[in-house]
Amino acid sequence: MAQPLVAVRELRVGFRTKAGIVDAVRGVGFDLGREKLGIVGESGSGKSTVGRALMRLLPRSAAVRAERLAVCGTDVLTASDRTMRDIRGGRIGLIMQDPKYSLNPVVTVGEQIAEVFRLHRPEYAGKRAAREATLSILEQVKIRDPERVASLYPHQVSGGMGQRVMIASVLAGGPDVLIADEPTSALDVTVRLEVLALLDELVASRGLGLIFISHDLNLVRKFCDRVLIMYAGRVVEALAARDLGNATHPYTRGLLASMPHIHEPRDPLPTLVRDPAWREPA
Amino acid sequence: MIAVEDLVVRFDRRGAPAVGGVSFAIAPGSTFGLVGESGCGKSTVLRAIAGLIPGHGGRVLIDGKPVPERRDKPFFSRVQMVFQDPYGSLHPRQTIAAQLAEPLRNLGLDRSPGRVADALVAVGLDPAFQWRFPHELSGGQRQRVAIARALIVEPQVLLLDEPTSALDVSVQAEILNLLTALRRERGLTYLLVSHDLAVVSHMCSRLAVMQRGHIVEELEVEALRARRVTHPYTAELLAASEAYG
Repeated sequence: MAQPLVAVRELRVGFRTKAGIVDAVRGVGFDLGREKLGIVGESGSGKSTVGRALMRLLPRSAAVRAERLAVCGTDVLTASDRTMRDIRGGRIGLIMQDPKYSLNPVVTVGEQIAEVFRLHRPEYAGKRAAREATLSILEQVKIRDPERVASLYPHQVSGGMGQRVMIASVLAGGPDVLIADEPTSALDVTVRLEVLALLDELVASRGLGLIFISHDLNLVRKFCDRVLIMYAGRVVEALAARDLGNATHPYTRGLLASMPHIHEPRDPLPTLVRDPAWREPA
Repeated sequence: MIAVEDLVVRFDRRGAPAVGGVSFAIAPGSTFGLVGESGCGKSTVLRAIAGLIPGHGGRVLIDGKPVPERRDKPFFSRVQMVFQDPYGSLHPRQTIAAQLAEPLRNLGLDRSPGRVADALVAVGLDPAFQWRFPHELSGGQRQRVAIARALIVEPQVLLLDEPTSALDVSVQAEILNLLTALRRERGLTYLLVSHDLAVVSHMCSRLAVMQRGHIVEELEVEALRARRVTHPYTAELLAASEAYG
């Protein structure tokens, strides 16, 4: 494999709190190529913290250490703030869970996308060029009437359309890597399907690397190529998505078993008995 | 046990009603599911039954008798509700003991400390939890407290509004098992609102699918599990749930 888009070795993140240091991520490592990589885990497993660390978006209370933490060849730990501003948005983009909270409520949708073009793409620096590019990218995320939607404020668009707008604004920066943090958890199932299909198509046609952070094993198993299962700040299992049914770690197997199924009723549902040994490296 | 007849809720006098004439009846001791996507009116039906939406049209019946417009003590001693978000539904500055005693006080029931401890034990929590505050509890523990609070007055019907959608799947399994066990032990009747067909299929014997304020289809859970659905919207919902579920 050529140089990976993202390389992570022995990533550790601790948060300084009044009660002492809380270790949120404890030695995570992976490479990302032009593929869809799922990171799955429950609340507090550290999955979102890994994504934030890659973009250097963690608060000051976080202590980040790693043998290697690189995005498109740039060392995120030592890069200057100026370099990081170019990398964030320009090389690596972040799609968040809920467009209601992650889009600016007092700026029109079109203006928010145009701003990304002006900041990250010199060829679209002019006002008219940025506007034309904005309309074109709205069309690429399958918005039927881009002119009209561009003039709307975030509260005027539905959840599904808001998520398309967020995807458009992230793609506007021309990144090679996308981090999608629970991008469809706030959406209804029928809308979720459309947004995932769109994301899949855009990642494939642009040859991007995607890190898909989710609590939903079933979704990740069908959507991603490869899956990392996180528990208590560590990757306890890494496997091809299609092999998830043959997962060997008791945590992965327990998670899969505890989910109810539409067509195969089981009563009672198997519950997870957490083994303290899962917290330690195998 | 509990039924609604032609329930209508309007929030906007001119627009379409949020709930446009919904009827169903739930057999005693069973779980009835109400499913649909955001804005279909499923939670509004639940809130209207609980008396949280004054001025709704239609009737709510318990054992065949209509309940009063302003829900009274006899109603709340038979019907209690569990909300979706255990972070929002418990008072942040009251101990668990105080919150469990509140419904007893409201209904003028015996408030002996043993009752609070028993209610916690019934939902699988140590009685010592009564001295804690909600922020000292995990999401799953809070939802157990919310269930204990609903059950402490020994109601016959629980209205469950997305009781596990804010929880991790492993915790969801524990809470669903707890609800099933309590229903069997106490012969409770549940009305469960959920967007998750897998949860509904696991919990319910019958279900109704809602879209834009109306029930488009009511079916036995066996029909759902066997994909024997008749309405195109139910089929769409099922297909979308199966695609990534």
